Amino acid sequence: MSSRVRLARNLRDLSFPGWAKKPERVKALEMILPAVCALPEMSDSFAEAMDNLTALDKQILVERHLISREHAAKNIGSGLVLNRTETFSVMINEEDHLRMQALRPGFQIREAWTAIDKFDSALEKKLNYAFDNELGYLTACPTNLGTGIRVSAMLHLPGLVLAEQINPIIQSVNKLGLAVRGLYGEGTEALGNVFQVSNQMTLGESETVIVERLEKVMAQIIEHEENARQTLLEKKPKVVFNHIGRAYGILANAHSISSKETMNLLSLLRLGVDMELFPGAQRSLVDELFLITQPAHLQKQVSDKLSAEERDLIRADMVRDRLKNVSRPVVKPMGNAGN
Amino acid sequence: MQCCVCKEKPATVHLTQIVEDKMQKLDLCEDCAKAKGLNDPTSFAMADLMLGLGASQVLETAAAGAELKCPRCGFSQADFKKSGRLGCPECYRTFAEGLSGLLKTMHKGTRHVGKTPEALRQTRENADKLKSLQKKLAKAIESEDYEIAAALRDEIKSTTGVAAAKARCKTSIYFFAIRRNPRIGTGRMTAL
Repeated sequence: MSSRVRLARNLRDLSFPGWAKKPERVKALEMILPAVCALPEMSDSFAEAMDNLTALDKQILVERHLISREHAAKNIGSGLVLNRTETFSVMINEEDHLRMQALRPGFQIREAWTAIDKFDSALEKKLNYAFDNELGYLTACPTNLGTGIRVSAMLHLPGLVLAEQINPIIQSVNKLGLAVRGLYGEGTEALGNVFQVSNQMTLGESETVIVERLEKVMAQIIEHEENARQTLLEKKPKVVFNHIGRAYGILANAHSISSKETMNLLSLLRLGVDMELFPGAQRSLVDELFLITQPAHLQKQVSDKLSAEERDLIRADMVRDRLKNVSRPVVKPMGNAGN
Repeated sequence: MQCCVCKEKPATVHLTQIVEDKMQKLDLCEDCAKAKGLNDPTSFAMADLMLGLGASQVLETAAAGAELKCPRCGFSQADFKKSGRLGCPECYRTFAEGLSGLLKTMHKGTRHVGKTPEALRQTRENADKLKSLQKKLAKAIESEDYEIAAALRDEIKSTTGVAAAKARCKTSIYFFAIRRNPRIGTGRMTAL
């Protein structure tokens, strides 16, 4: 669904944000912010101190994967620089002084790496990075030491989940030293069958080696997903169509629906679109709904103060409205021949 | 079973950890376990998770008295145990000993391979080259290949600042040679 490469960097002469006192954090912010804003990639961007953003705005940024939950909790001395197209996002004074990431739609981790590498090379000319010949880029947490790189991609894997093959896949990916997480990273559940795959080791291997390995592993996971879908269609078409049809039925007709249920059903709808059961419907319609039905996005569109119950009503209205022009799933003849 | 630390009281806390594919067992009495901070399940979990067993040695030296503190930012071993994060870039030097074992279990290697800031790249490459040249030089002296040694010395000279290299190499070659053969002739030495 989307790809990202993040680099962690710190300034040589200052304490890491988690240990630094407020004046030192502010100093780091004042050094980093102008340097980042001056980059050509950030010519059309907005820069903001975290204490100037409302809780709702921060939550929106989290839902868009532009900042981490940890960064959303930050206030004075932390900042964010984001370009208008949302392809670069820089968190200042999160766990490290600098956490810069390049974001790309679809499966484009190599492109994301090239982009952030260039970004970082331009930035190193203006800032004194903490770098050690032996240990590489020094980071607050030793788990990011060395390259400071985290390569990750969001993969939509409903086929593997329905075929009950997801757990063995996760285990074998874990054995390769890669992490598989839910939609919002560490410690979150895989809502809507969306999984985040990323590297864990950052020292002792070069960035290119890490990027290439992830690319290979992810391509394999995608292939497994495609095979799982194919097998499901051949062996259990009724089961698949039942799931997708019910998902459509609820989404197109519900008058109150939670964010979690919406995501899980939208995932099945997306699977249906991929299987060409909804002629004329686009993936982008589903992907858009994925985003705009999340709590903070919903509140931003309607009103700042909504109870969870009110949100569920509005969410259902919104989904019904968007699915108005999407007709019922058309089951292909091949499916009818099955069980 | 006796406590493996005080060797007096019976062990009631049993700890098994796998570090680098080797299983290590610790059997402690309640008092020693407490002394090592194992009575508090939350702090233990973090220590276990973040530090591995190698770090217990570092923690022991900390408990023995002089607690290690980063001279630049004042960060201590105990702070690391609490948060799993370090205080400043200098901390990597301060706590190098305790960290090296930790890094081994955490990463693919313990030496950075990959991107280097442009400004440091030259010095890093030079440092690597210098290291290998000096190794070769030592070998050449060992086998009394003084001509090769002289060539290597010249290369080292061109790699580093000339003056520094001159001093360092001349003395090292000289004393290596002397140690090898105390009666080494002056004629040969001038060739260097």
